[in-house]
Order: sequence, then C-alpha cells, then structure tokens
Amino acid sequence: MANKALVGEKLGMTQIWTDDNVVVPVTVLRVSPVRVVQIRTAERDGYAALQVTYGHKDARKLNRPKAGHFEAAGVEPGLGLVELRLEDVSEFQVGQELAADVFEAGQLVDVTAVSKGKGFAGVMKRHNFKGQPASHGAHRVHRKPGAVGQCATPARVFKGVRMAGRMGAAQVTTLNLEVVRADAEQQVVLVRGAVPGPRGGLVLVRDAIKGGQRVAGGAA
Amino acid sequence: MNPTDLIDQQSLRDDIPEFAPGDTLKVHVKVVEGNKERVQVFQGAVIRRQGGGVQETFTVRKVSYGVGVERTFPVHSPIIEKIERVSRGDVRRAKLYYLRDRVGKSARIKELRD
Repeated sequence: MANKALVGEKLGMTQIWTDDNVVVPVTVLRVSPVRVVQIRTAERDGYAALQVTYGHKDARKLNRPKAGHFEAAGVEPGLGLVELRLEDVSEFQVGQELAADVFEAGQLVDVTAVSKGKGFAGVMKRHNFKGQPASHGAHRVHRKPGAVGQCATPARVFKGVRMAGRMGAAQVTTLNLEVVRADAEQQVVLVRGAVPGPRGGLVLVRDAIKGGQRVAGGAA
Repeated sequence: MNPTDLIDQQSLRDDIPEFAPGDTLKVHVKVVEGNKERVQVFQGAVIRRQGGGVQETFTVRKVSYGVGVERTFPVHSPIIEKIERVSRGDVRRAKLYYLRDRVGKSARIKELRD
C-alpha cells in the first residue's frame, strides 16, 4: 500500500527538456495543498486512510452535514472529500496540509482517474477486434464482431463474450509513471507520460504500489 | 491561455531570430562527444516550420556531397546554440517539399530583397 498520496487536477500534456537536453513528454497535474479532515485508523474504521479536502468552497454554500463535518475538524471547507488509503497514518494530524513536495523528482507513482467516456462503442474500438474484410464479398459487415457462439449445442451465447457496449468513463490506474518535477510553490507535479481522464479531471497520485524497479535502459 | 503555459514558459527561448520557409539558416548545434561539447554548424534552407509553442519545429535541408540531408529541430531546443539567418527566400508556399525532387539550378531559391 502507498505511503504518500495526493489529489490533483489534470491540466494537460506538454513537453520539457531535461538537463541533458532530452525531450520528455509530461502530463501537468495541478496539486494544490490538500487538508486532512479526518484520519481513519485500522482500530476504529478497519482500514487506514486520510480523508482530505482540496480547493476552496464558500462556507455558506455547504449543507449542514458537510458544514458540521468541516467545523468539527476545524478545517477550511473544500470542494470535495477524498480518502487516501495509506500504509501508516500515525504521523498525520487533522488540519495538516500536504503539498506537491511530498513527491520528489525521479520517484515512480501510480495515477488513478476516471477515463474519458467513449459512449456506446463497437467491438473493434472496445475490444480491439480485427473486424472483417473490406472487400472479397464482405457486405456491410466490416466492423461487426462475427460469430458469438456455436449452434444447437449449447443454443445460447456464453457469458462474458465480448460485445459492443459502453466504453470508458471507468476508473483507470496507470502504474509506475516517473515524477519529473514536483513543485510545491507552483503547485504542480509533472509526470512522464500520459494520465487517464480529460483535462480538468480529478486525479489521485500515490507512490508506486508495485515497488517500481526502474527498467534498465527504459525511462532514462 | 492554456493551463500548461506556465510550465512551457520556462522552456521557451527568446533569442531565436525571425525566420520563415525559404530562408537560408546557419544553425549552430551543440554536439556532445564523450564528455566534450562542441558546436557544429548546419547550413541549409528552411523547408518547413510547423507547430506552436514549445512544440514548434523547423526543418533545414542541405545537399551534402550530392546527398540531400534534412534535419528537424525544435525551435526552442536547448541544443541550438544560435541561429543565423544568411538570406531570406522569395517563396510562394509554406512547405517547400518540391525541393526534394529537384537538383542543381532548379533547386535554387530566389533571394528576397526589399
């Protein structure tokens, strides 16, 4: 489980040059300081996590339960509440602020977000089917899936056969992205490579869960 | 303004002279050999300039020992020591790909004088 985590907003992609003049494609994440609102502990809640809020929200626009929740914690109201599941929360206090500098350049992180919705997508787009021939007698079947099963035995379509349907708008985690820069002053984290979701989408960044040995000769 | 402009600002260079397709440039390129760095000059005609912001690139074409050589640089690349404009070209299009099919006299670009 992760030891460090933050929430941010995806701002978009661009490129920067490293000190050895190599271009690195980066995703810019805005990570404004998050405030700890509540601490979930294994003894009381069955799991360890930090409940944090980000951004700022007019206190008059909160409903009573939310207002009470923020007031009990003595934390300035934010736009939403997110739980960051962590290994160990004993060193955190309610009201504490966490900024982008919990991460450092070179470290590997996992980024979780809700991917872009693709709507009702066909089988070629959704499951990478090959489709059917463009010619040789193919008639209006170019992007269709083809057969989905057998004949009188079993006389039904098996469960789990991949078909067309809703695609995207699901939680996606990209593992082991390298942090290129983490700047608390500018409130940004630059991550090498692409991150799921649209610009402006909420993203959760945490340190890489799979240990993350740097691939030799890979991410230079 | 794009939200990523703040990041791009640090990479953008302000010492790049104005130049356009058709111009002849001397591009001074930093070359790293082992642990030594030296400057190499690539001189030729700009046949393309595309993109915007940090991602803008241009392509310089020259004919070296009878072989056409094209090199594409990011405009804001830190490996460019400096760019010198040797001459301006009088051309009617933005992408001068037609030069690739020409050799000798017909591959010249008319110089623009004002």
